[in-house]
Amino acid sequence: MLEIKNVHKTFNKGTINEKKALNGVDLKLQPGDFVTVIGGNGAGKSTMLNMIAGVYPIDQGTILLDGKDISDLPEYKRAYMLGRVFQDPMMGTAAGMEIQENMAMAYRRGKRRGLSWGITKKEKKMFKEKLATLDLGLEERMTSKVGLLSGGQRQALTLLMATLKKPSLLLLDEHTAALDPKTAKKVLDLTEKIVAKDNLTTLMVTHNMKDAINIGNRLIMMNEGRVIYDVSGQEKKNLKVPDLLKKFEEVSGEDFANDRMLLS
Amino acid sequence: MTLITNLYSALAQGTLWGIMALGVYITFRILDIADLSCDGTFALGGCISAVFITRGVDPFLTLLMALAAGMIAGAVTGILHTRLMIPAILAGILTMIALWSVNIRIMGGPNISLLGEDTVFTKMIYSLGLDQTLATLVVGLVIGIIVIAALYWFFGTEIGSAVRATGNNEFMVRALGGNTDTAKVLGLVISNGLISLSGALVAQNQGYGDIKMGTGSIVIGLASIVIGEVIFGKRFNFAYILASLIGGSIVYRMIISLVLHFGLSTDDMKLFTAIIVAIALGIPALKAKYSQRRTPA
Repeated sequence: MLEIKNVHKTFNKGTINEKKALNGVDLKLQPGDFVTVIGGNGAGKSTMLNMIAGVYPIDQGTILLDGKDISDLPEYKRAYMLGRVFQDPMMGTAAGMEIQENMAMAYRRGKRRGLSWGITKKEKKMFKEKLATLDLGLEERMTSKVGLLSGGQRQALTLLMATLKKPSLLLLDEHTAALDPKTAKKVLDLTEKIVAKDNLTTLMVTHNMKDAINIGNRLIMMNEGRVIYDVSGQEKKNLKVPDLLKKFEEVSGEDFANDRMLLS
Repeated sequence: MTLITNLYSALAQGTLWGIMALGVYITFRILDIADLSCDGTFALGGCISAVFITRGVDPFLTLLMALAAGMIAGAVTGILHTRLMIPAILAGILTMIALWSVNIRIMGGPNISLLGEDTVFTKMIYSLGLDQTLATLVVGLVIGIIVIAALYWFFGTEIGSAVRATGNNEFMVRALGGNTDTAKVLGLVISNGLISLSGALVAQNQGYGDIKMGTGSIVIGLASIVIGEVIFGKRFNFAYILASLIGGSIVYRMIISLVLHFGLSTDDMKLFTAIIVAIALGIPALKAKYSQRRTPA
């Protein structure tokens, strides 16, 4: 499974804007782990996910996925193992293309693209069935442009696309943060359903402490580019939001309670 | 009477220039890149075709040579842009400027006359007994249809879908395992190949290849695209949109022919074309801005 060893990343090195985003991250996931990731702003949560996905190269350390060293692979070559959903609902889909065309692109993740037709009849049928499971009526709008969908619909579609071809690891980067509470809940329920069905190993960054505690089998807290707290099983289930806040202040010596955390 | 003749001739010419509009569409609308290599590759096509015709090569074959040369030029722009990280506009300008010298080298001078040489058009005139304008129209339409069919097929394939998606959302394409650099290079290769092919056709049609024949062609291509979109609308399928570009190119040529007929000088045409494009590209933005403005109570 995923094994991150002593990964460092500094942005804008040697300039006045130098920012140590990751400062020796170590993390090992077991197959089927559903890990929620919390931490303050700038703790390195999103950076960690982006490093795993290969958006930027790392400065130091190694990232192993399924026993393979992927530290130096370009983003598009790692994609065959990774399903990704982003905070911005616009990022995961191509607005000017049809729903079914987007799905066909996702279905070819990790496959060498050739000159055969971009979408087959058989696939259309399969996509339709998959879309129906979202319960959003999208199965009747297969040829609509994705740009016509709402943020929540696009996010649900991105989630479906990320898991259309079973990924070794699913990376969710605050994928409900830009949605209204009701839609966020719906997308989150869908996430749990899909992850459970395919028993996907998942890393989910969230700002919502309650979600972080209630969802998944393991929780990690990050601060200043490191994993500072790692809890799983029964101990995690028994956690309460105040426990997490206390824990954070204890290890970091800072006040974790910014408005966003308390209000969510 | 001359107006009708002029318009008919403009219609035929429009089909040849329409191939270029298809090429510009691939970069400007599909890849969302303004590729300025266009001016250089259009002339490149004309030069290559003219030179090889005077050397006795079959005029049809020189069309393919122009296509290939344009594709290479497109690859240069693509590599400058993706591998050397030069902004797309500048990468295009570099290729365009470089091609000026290359084109003069190819022709051994600033222009080559095809007087007395066989072209695809004279061949049509002799073998089928057509007049010049009809020969132009037939050649333009046949090649146009072949190109549209080929583009329709290509952009429906897996690779073609990846190219389209790259113009839409690069980030998503990489997340789904697509190589966006390759997609951009491929788009530029196809685009410049078509632009060069169009240049070859125009050179053969006008009877000479000229170093200056490509100047401003990017703006003519854009004018054809926006006219096509305004008149024919973005509807139905991809093949319709592509066909509407040729329609746009034809209408553009007819407009030019009209304003020339009513006394505007050919020297004013570039200004005129630039104004058309500026208005057509600006109107949607202004519309959106004014529709958001609150109505006074």
